[in-house]
Amino acid sequence: MRSEELIQPRPEGPYCPAGDFYIDPLRPVARAVVTHAHADHARSGSGHYDVAAAGLGLMRERLGQDAAITARGYGEAFRMGPVTVSLHPAGHVLGSAQVRMELDGRVVVVSGDYKRDPDPTCAPFEPVPCDLFVTECTFGLPVYRWPPMERVIDDLLAWWDDCARRGMPAVLFCYALGKAQRILAELAARTGRTVHLHGAMLRLVEQYRQAGVTMVPTVPVSESARGRDFAGELVLAPPSAAGSTWMKRFGKASTGFASGWMQIRGNRHRRGYDRGFVVSDHADWPGLLASVAQSGARQVRVTHGDSDALVRYLREQGVDAAPLHLPRERDAESGG
Amino acid sequence: MQRFAGLYAALDGTTSTLAKREAIAGYLRDAPAADAAWAVHVLAGGKLRRLATATELRRALAEASSLPDWLVETSHQQVGDLAETIALVLPPGDGSLDDRPLHAWMEHDLPALAKLDPERRVATLQAWWSALPPGQVFLLNKLITGALRVGVSQRLVVQALSAWCGQPTDLIAHRLSGEWRPTPAALAALAAPAQTDEHLADRPYPFFLASPLEADPASLGDRHDWLAEWKWDGIRAQLIRRDGRCRLWSRGEERLDGRFPEIEQAAAALGGDAVLDGELLAWDADVDRPQPFLALQKRIGKRLPGPKLLANTPVRFMAYDLLEHAGADLRGQPLDARRARLAALLAGADAPLMLSPALDAPDWPALAALRQHSREARTEGLMLKRRAAPYRVGRKRGDWWKWKIDPHTLDAVLLYAQPGHGRRAGLFTDYSFGVWDGDELVTVAKAYSGLDDAEIARLDRWIRAHTTERFGPVRAVEPLQVFELAFEAVQPSGRHKSGVAVRFPRIVRWRTDKKPTDADRLDDLRRLATG
Repeated sequence: MRSEELIQPRPEGPYCPAGDFYIDPLRPVARAVVTHAHADHARSGSGHYDVAAAGLGLMRERLGQDAAITARGYGEAFRMGPVTVSLHPAGHVLGSAQVRMELDGRVVVVSGDYKRDPDPTCAPFEPVPCDLFVTECTFGLPVYRWPPMERVIDDLLAWWDDCARRGMPAVLFCYALGKAQRILAELAARTGRTVHLHGAMLRLVEQYRQAGVTMVPTVPVSESARGRDFAGELVLAPPSAAGSTWMKRFGKASTGFASGWMQIRGNRHRRGYDRGFVVSDHADWPGLLASVAQSGARQVRVTHGDSDALVRYLREQGVDAAPLHLPRERDAESGG
Repeated sequence: MQRFAGLYAALDGTTSTLAKREAIAGYLRDAPAADAAWAVHVLAGGKLRRLATATELRRALAEASSLPDWLVETSHQQVGDLAETIALVLPPGDGSLDDRPLHAWMEHDLPALAKLDPERRVATLQAWWSALPPGQVFLLNKLITGALRVGVSQRLVVQALSAWCGQPTDLIAHRLSGEWRPTPAALAALAAPAQTDEHLADRPYPFFLASPLEADPASLGDRHDWLAEWKWDGIRAQLIRRDGRCRLWSRGEERLDGRFPEIEQAAAALGGDAVLDGELLAWDADVDRPQPFLALQKRIGKRLPGPKLLANTPVRFMAYDLLEHAGADLRGQPLDARRARLAALLAGADAPLMLSPALDAPDWPALAALRQHSREARTEGLMLKRRAAPYRVGRKRGDWWKWKIDPHTLDAVLLYAQPGHGRRAGLFTDYSFGVWDGDELVTVAKAYSGLDDAEIARLDRWIRAHTTERFGPVRAVEPLQVFELAFEAVQPSGRHKSGVAVRFPRIVRWRTDKKPTDADRLDDLRRLATG
């Protein structure tokens, strides 16, 4: 029994030959297990999907109301041919999952995207013992060590107050799924102030509310009267809105960006935002190492991002590590 | 240092000059005078000594983090800044040195660090890092390497000081110039009301700046209404002699006193007080033309030049205007009148004071022909100044034009790329270009600028996908992309395989329409070097 029977790269995406299914396929396939609802992982058109029940609402947003989806509880075992499959919390976004596959006593876990920092919007990452661990590696260098979220929220609130003092809107760019809701939920622990939302975030925030996540009150920017003064208000918008005509309504606004890439000063300056906030839904370097160690895996395969450093470092620590080249070449800037 | 780290973060986190000024003024109000004095020193670009080498810092980091050297190096490449890499890689310290005031670091701890042997210095650095939060680790490292750049101009610091203490900016600029020692007493003196207006005697007049001439010079009208001079490639400066005392100010409002003693001596020997506008040039007396700008840089860097440097690289003040004479402000007079008085004043002056000659060409075509010889004269082209015009303030179009020579251009192939630093960290932005030597491509230029952000991002992706070899941070790429480079001159060089290097290379455009075989040949460049 070799691991290649449980996982191997294919043009369509990671494939499990023994169970004849794909994980997060790029193109339509007969049977897919999808780890989470980000657009580059959840693609419509496949015959049947297995997803974590906690993310079903978000998955329907992405895959369509008519898609054939089976929702699985975390830890619930189900069969794909001879393979026993189960989904386990990845702590990345609401409903995100690691995929555990077992055949003849051999266990492979595909992490999907994950993080180890606490997040009030989703179940925490669960270490799953395995023989082969396929880990993501978006931030695979020791310079990526996330600050405590509490301090980031301190900075965010201070910025918001400062903008209010200057009579400017504070426009924070962040990804519409996951990051936005995490920030809104973290803010809820500290303030009851209302936050304004870009249209692209409305349905996703609603999905989180339906899933029982507590967030600060929100109001769509589009419901504000034309010519409304947003001075002193906090506005959340996806990065694609930066520099668009949509921004004109805010006049002279202070802009911020919430991303793991903001850890590096050069990135902060290059992006041209006034402020950078280090918030990531991916594992930092200590998180990657801890997860590899806790998996107990003797073999580690590394996907995403610049895997060279992590692979070499693990090898020097005596781990059988290698890159797993997937067709998905994600833009390094998109996943932070 | 906590408060200073907060100020640094505030300055680093905004692009608004207003917000920066408020942040500095706010800090000055809150901070104890002993710390505030040091903050002013650092913000105003005061000199910091380098107290530890980059090698020592790298070693201290590798030990403290227990990471292998290659991973420290890879991290450094990704971040582009060693001080920042250290702050990011190490776990946050316990904060036990959080409250140590800035002046204690600057006056006690850091000077003591410099006196330790390398072994103990590395251990001390590690102890400090483990006792400070990341923001302060970064700042401390910057102070230790003497490379703290805060991104505020001296003018902005002066404005913030003015907002803080209510004294006028020119008074504060004056008090801050020269050797300002960061002590509470000096800070109090900065903020004290003015006793007299004596400080104004030291100040230069605002410079009149020329605009680039884009139109046909014939559109300026009669050639005889215009004075034509060489456009000198040196440092624009005002030489001020008042009450027999000399001051030298660069256009960047930097005091250059002491750096060019031959100029000051010549000014002291003049027949009377005067304020001259002109250009500092390193001079080649044998052929009576400037030395390359590179030579002048040796002099700028030296606060007190030694006799050997003075002999090898003599400096001249090429005067082209007289703004004040015997106490009278001449700026309202026409240029012709000012020039006449300047010529008379300099008639018997010592050699270091020269009069920028009026170029003798009867009409525009003749002047255009003369302009073709600018490079031989080691100048950047011509200046055209309206003879009837007063000396204006700032960049006012219409009376002073710079008619620069066009740069050379060449088509070259991208051969190597390296990640940039600071704002461009993590992106491949430093490029090496080559031209054909027979059927081989040899490097002749490195260029950093000329592409916009979108092109840089596109080229960065291309480089990552077309890397053929890696040498540390440097990547060799497939020789496929052609770029048009502009440059000023060709010089012999030992740094490039080709034996030549081009001066001031910059990218004009990405020639996606050209194939590598269309790139220029080394022989053509060699001809320019000899020509």
